[in-house]
Amino acid sequence: MPPKASRAAFGEALLELAATDDRIVTVDADLSKSTMTIGFAKAHPDRAFNVGIAEANMVGIGAGLALTGKVPFVCSFACFIVGRFETIRMSVAYTDANVKLVGTHAGIAIGEDGYSQMGLEDIACIRALPNIPIIQPGDETETKQAVAYAVGHQGPLYLRLTRQALEPVSPPGYRFQLGKSVVLRAGTDVTILASGGTVSNALDGATRLAAEGVHAEVINAACIKPLDEELILRSAGKTGHVVTVEDHSVAGGLGGAVAELLSEVLPTPLRRLGVSTFGESGDPRGLYAKHGLDPAGIADSVLKFLNR
Amino acid sequence: MARPDTARLQATARACRVQIIRMLAHAGSGHPGGSLSVIDILTTLFFNRLRFDPKRPDWPARDRVVLSKGHCVPALYSVMARAGFFPESQLVTLRKLGSPLQGHPDRTALPGIEAATGSLGQGLSISVGMALGLRLADSSARVYCIIGDGESQEGQVWEAAMAGPKLGQPAHPLDNLCLILDYNKIQLDGFVKKIMDLEPVVAKWKDFGWPVLEIDGHNVEQIDKALDQAEATKGRPTFIVAHTVKGKGVSFMENDPEWHGRAPKPAEAIRAIREILGVSDAAWGDYVKTDRATAAIVAELERLEKT
Repeated sequence: MPPKASRAAFGEALLELAATDDRIVTVDADLSKSTMTIGFAKAHPDRAFNVGIAEANMVGIGAGLALTGKVPFVCSFACFIVGRFETIRMSVAYTDANVKLVGTHAGIAIGEDGYSQMGLEDIACIRALPNIPIIQPGDETETKQAVAYAVGHQGPLYLRLTRQALEPVSPPGYRFQLGKSVVLRAGTDVTILASGGTVSNALDGATRLAAEGVHAEVINAACIKPLDEELILRSAGKTGHVVTVEDHSVAGGLGGAVAELLSEVLPTPLRRLGVSTFGESGDPRGLYAKHGLDPAGIADSVLKFLNR
Repeated sequence: MARPDTARLQATARACRVQIIRMLAHAGSGHPGGSLSVIDILTTLFFNRLRFDPKRPDWPARDRVVLSKGHCVPALYSVMARAGFFPESQLVTLRKLGSPLQGHPDRTALPGIEAATGSLGQGLSISVGMALGLRLADSSARVYCIIGDGESQEGQVWEAAMAGPKLGQPAHPLDNLCLILDYNKIQLDGFVKKIMDLEPVVAKWKDFGWPVLEIDGHNVEQIDKALDQAEATKGRPTFIVAHTVKGKGVSFMENDPEWHGRAPKPAEAIRAIREILGVSDAAWGDYVKTDRATAAIVAELERLEKT
């Protein structure tokens, strides 16, 4: 499989699922070409609603559609959709409306457009709501399965997708399950938890670490909420060191969730790699290198963490 | 629709006003002003218009009411109790720990509540989505959304105002949606006109593409006629400007911003109930002897006074 952006895989999955499930509708706010619902909109113009550049209204209309039995995918850039947090909080979460919130353009990896278009705080915001699972798939296979899961899931859900292409990382025969993570590479010295756009970099980082004699266990934490606590605790207990790698603010995202888990249940030395400043314009690779989220940066941080 | 039984609706609205005062006094907090301004609209909807079944609150073909101005939910609770969604005795649990009668509407807590509201400005978007979903399903159910005038200062209202007449066109126009403005001219901090005037409100909504009707929001015949006109209007949702009086029915609450969000003390509540029922101070003692239901509510409030 060639690399594919999770937003592209989402668009394909939606089109496929919609052919046999007429409950599926989309609500967009003038970004359907970017969120990749455009294919669905062309195939099902009577089920695709573009409300214009009005994200709060988009979220509310999605809630209303859900309350009449539709399964709406409400889509925008992660920063814009979660930017309407108060509408999500009331009209979707507290109302318990069966809305599938889709935030694309996650993180600094969107590159040149710069900070204003980068979803960097969305996980932290949505995590604070008690009833919205957060899924950030790591490749095409996982994305398509997560979209199918989202359709069947009763209740609101947040899907976080990338603009950039993602290398295939899912093992053969992989089946997505909510609240389950998967070990992509077994190791004994350190646990690396990555999600979405950083998974393949974590795997490449682990390869570099192996050359230094460090055996890293790499886990794809596609489910940020609920976390696969059992797997994470088992791995942390084994390796004694945990590193989280995410294209999101270091506050409140995957690293925050893992820190909360470990400090309460199994205090374990932890390093959280992520974004601790505003983003900026630049090429995606250069930005990942600057923020230490590329394979070299990840390997470097792990070695320092382990005092090697 | 048949002509409304005006006397019956007025009597029902009076009874609901009494319950609003009663539950707010027991809660010790809440919003009487807007609850009293919207109650004639809700009474006319629930008892002369809506198709619903309190035994099956999730009946797909039901008409829906979204009270976007969620702080006025005591008015909605009073009509829901009377319509049989839950016993009237439960009204005094308003705002109490564990009660499904939350301070603002909670869909998951109380069957019959269509959406969580109370964070202002969101109900119309939800209602537009509902109307669209019902149209897509070829349902004949209608959606009624009630917003406040202060609430109309929220930007999301105008996003939804722009979308209402356009979304679903041409195959699924949202003429199953009726938006009612409870135009009581007062918000928490004072008079709407002074804080951030909405005028010209009719022209604004017309310019956004909505047919607009203007009525006295306390006149059940006018309310009912406007709802008829809304139902007969094809191709677009209808906007009804209901001119109302905040605190309507209680002299010391009417048109006073102080009563936006303060509950009556028991003695004030008893006086308010007497005024709502149109009984003079002098006749009150004899009246209470003849009206056992009211006597019970008054006795309950007198006990509350002592605690």
